[in-house]
Amino acid sequence: MVVRVQTEDFDVGVEINAMRLKHPKAGAVVSFVGQVRDLNEGDNVASMTLEHYPAMTEKSLSGIVEQALARWSIADALIVHRVGKLKPLDQIVLVLVASAHRKDAFAACEFMMDFLKTEAPFWKKEQTPNGERWVEAKDSDDQAKNRWQQ
Amino acid sequence: MITVLYFARLKESLNYSTEEMELPEGVKTITQLKTHLAKRGETWANLFNGKQTIRAAVNHALVDNAAAVKDGDEVAFFPPVTGG
Repeated sequence: MVVRVQTEDFDVGVEINAMRLKHPKAGAVVSFVGQVRDLNEGDNVASMTLEHYPAMTEKSLSGIVEQALARWSIADALIVHRVGKLKPLDQIVLVLVASAHRKDAFAACEFMMDFLKTEAPFWKKEQTPNGERWVEAKDSDDQAKNRWQQ
Repeated sequence: MITVLYFARLKESLNYSTEEMELPEGVKTITQLKTHLAKRGETWANLFNGKQTIRAAVNHALVDNAAAVKDGDEVAFFPPVTGG
């Protein structure tokens, strides 16, 4: 289980192979990649700055991985999240899950993204032709998290 | 003493990111600390009067408003998170 917070980009293929080859008993590796969109709330996005709470971020992400481990049968999990200045099409986040069968891996991957979106201390600020603005949290993200508690 | 940190929109509005302060008399919870901070002036009142959703962490764990605050804690205030 690894969590990383970094300014550098990541290579999805390298990360998947590294996990896959460590786990001969895992028949499934599921990945999620989040990238910067060039449009948000009707405005062109030129760039985005991701701020975080360094002392808390990795602890928060590790806690999310541990919750997934307690809930599903998972061989391994990885979260990589970037911070700093990013441009459209830049990768933001990677979640990988390996498990014996695909069902646990799909569910755990979605669970981790839903919790990351609503609990991990990251904040996005967008630079648009109309100036800078903080991205507002979405109710739909809270709802996505809450369905796991039902 | 407690350490209080502010992030994102709060950090910008208040124009600083961290402070050390004596735990004010009678402040034992996040709600009470927010009420205390709201008395510092208009900008603080706008942020901490309860109309905006301001989330909190104590010692690097997300907490709700009823959570305890005690001497030596690191408390952080921030808007709802938007990572991922």
